[in-house]
Amino acid sequence: MSQPIVLAENLGRDYEVGGGLFSKPGIVRAVTETSFSIEAGKTLAVVGESGCGKSTLARLVTLIEEPTAGHLRIGDTEATPENWKKLRTDVQIVFQDPYGSLNLRQKVGAMLEEPLKINRPEMSKAERQAKGREMMRLVGLREEHYDRYPHMFSGGQRQRIAIARALMLEPKLLVLDEPVSALDLSIQSQILNLLLDLQERLQLAYLFISHDLSVVRHVADDVVVMYLGRPVETGPKDEVFDAPRHPYTKALLSATPRAEPGGGRQRIKLQGELPSPLNVPPGCPFAPRCWKAEDICRSDRPRLEGQPHPAACHFPEA
Amino acid sequence: MSLLKIRNLSVEFSTASGPFRAVDQVDVDVEAGEILAIVGESGSGKSVSMLATMGLLPWTATITADEMSFDGQDLRELSGRARRRIIGKDLSMIFQEPMSSLNPCFTTGFQITEALRQHTDLNRSQRKDRAVELMEMVGIPDPSRRLKAFPHQLSGGMNQRVMIAMAIACRPRLLIADEPTTALDVTIQAQILDLLTGLQKETGMGLILITHDMGVVAETAERVAVQYAGQKVEDQPVADLFATPHHPYTSALLAALPERATERRLATIPGVVPGQHDRPEGCLFSPRCQYADERCRTVPPPVQPAPIGRARCHYPLNVPAGEEVA
Repeated sequence: MSQPIVLAENLGRDYEVGGGLFSKPGIVRAVTETSFSIEAGKTLAVVGESGCGKSTLARLVTLIEEPTAGHLRIGDTEATPENWKKLRTDVQIVFQDPYGSLNLRQKVGAMLEEPLKINRPEMSKAERQAKGREMMRLVGLREEHYDRYPHMFSGGQRQRIAIARALMLEPKLLVLDEPVSALDLSIQSQILNLLLDLQERLQLAYLFISHDLSVVRHVADDVVVMYLGRPVETGPKDEVFDAPRHPYTKALLSATPRAEPGGGRQRIKLQGELPSPLNVPPGCPFAPRCWKAEDICRSDRPRLEGQPHPAACHFPEA
Repeated sequence: MSLLKIRNLSVEFSTASGPFRAVDQVDVDVEAGEILAIVGESGSGKSVSMLATMGLLPWTATITADEMSFDGQDLRELSGRARRRIIGKDLSMIFQEPMSSLNPCFTTGFQITEALRQHTDLNRSQRKDRAVELMEMVGIPDPSRRLKAFPHQLSGGMNQRVMIAMAIACRPRLLIADEPTTALDVTIQAQILDLLTGLQKETGMGLILITHDMGVVAETAERVAVQYAGQKVEDQPVADLFATPHHPYTSALLAALPERATERRLATIPGVVPGQHDRPEGCLFSPRCQYADERCRTVPPPVQPAPIGRARCHYPLNVPAGEEVA
């Protein structure tokens, strides 16, 4: 087995919220006990609803925030704040909204050159430009776009620019935070194809964060399903999608509308909504919405374990 | 008789850089008790055509139509006062993004009862009872307490339910839902869609669902209208649309769905939707269409008859045997 690009063990991140002069601050456990590894050329997808900790996980892996528990290794270096500067070139991120993530006052060329200016000060201006133009070709933009501003591009082209910018430092890991959910269907498939091409060509590892299960099913190799900051099921994509073991995964799959009219499927209807992360129930976090919950679910937290792939449930499906 | 009948609707906005046609010769028909889905990408004019129906467009918009009638009443001729008697009562709308559509300064209870105060002669306590009943109907737990809650105190799913409660407060005959679930998680989306279709069956109202999600369309709609760059390009019952799309755009859109992919590379539609200044002369889809020829680029296509899905195309696909192409 080859060396994983990124290895996370029991990663956790807490936030203190509220609290005043006389009241104690509450603690939000945004991510708890999350472990995973990604190899070169592979895609790990993180799925879950809003508030499940997917974006916090992205911030931890991109070294924007320091984990409060567990540890993270990128390549063969431990990702502690003193090593961040060295590691940052290896991990880059593409954000969800290409309308908000590009600086409107910067030309595309300047945007692409900026990471080189900061991280490769020895490069000459001509070299930087050549590299920027090459990158534009790689993501399917024309060279004459180099001196244009973001407002002159469509949503799909902007997302290409965001991807080009992320690739300028030749990272090994690309974190994709909902990269296609702001795009129209016909553009979405162009961007997904581009991401697959780039992965094959550059052997990139992807951490693909999404709530759209049909997209995840198409691009992922492995899947982590998260609920309230905890992974509830992890495994190879086909196993998780074809034989989900955790009831939440089952419900999520059944709630995803399929483009097949007249299926007449019986949807699993979940009652209620995600509990507040400020007071996560003591037992299984999913117990209040679960149709299989029994007393043990409300008192003991299930561990992520079992065969053929791990699931955190007292009564997993076979 | 159709509940809503629109013929040849066009909406033009006057912008600083000249007129922009957002909706172009669109026909809409909805019967009572029918669920019509309008699908299209951003900029396809699906929201604007419905806002025009509601009379909610700003003064920069010029609306023209050969016919625009709701339940026999001509919507083009109505005075503001007469229109306000219909809008919010018989004809109501759920807007996208509940977080920004609700007024942050008023409680949800106030906003729900406002419609009742305008349109019914219920007294204060009856209105409150009705609001509690509505909140129960849309599945908001502990309604009498939630009446006093402000929108920022509720989650996105709860706010969307409040929007639905407002829209159905006066038992509308036609409900227009503009992307009602786009901002929501899938498990909540499933709840909201079940709620809408349940209400529709119960009350027999007509429902227009505006969306861009083909999965939502397949699971909820009965008939689908596909819009592209302001024009309606196809109109078919849902099962037929997914099985035998007649317009190349519909067919390409369906092929681009990741769940229909047969290999690692997805089918794509090259190019982008034409904007204000690069509208082609002939068929609007011709620059991106794999079947387009010289005729498509110069002559605007005709609308095909109903058996060919009313496709706006010179060369419709999957033409049934014996059908004459217009």
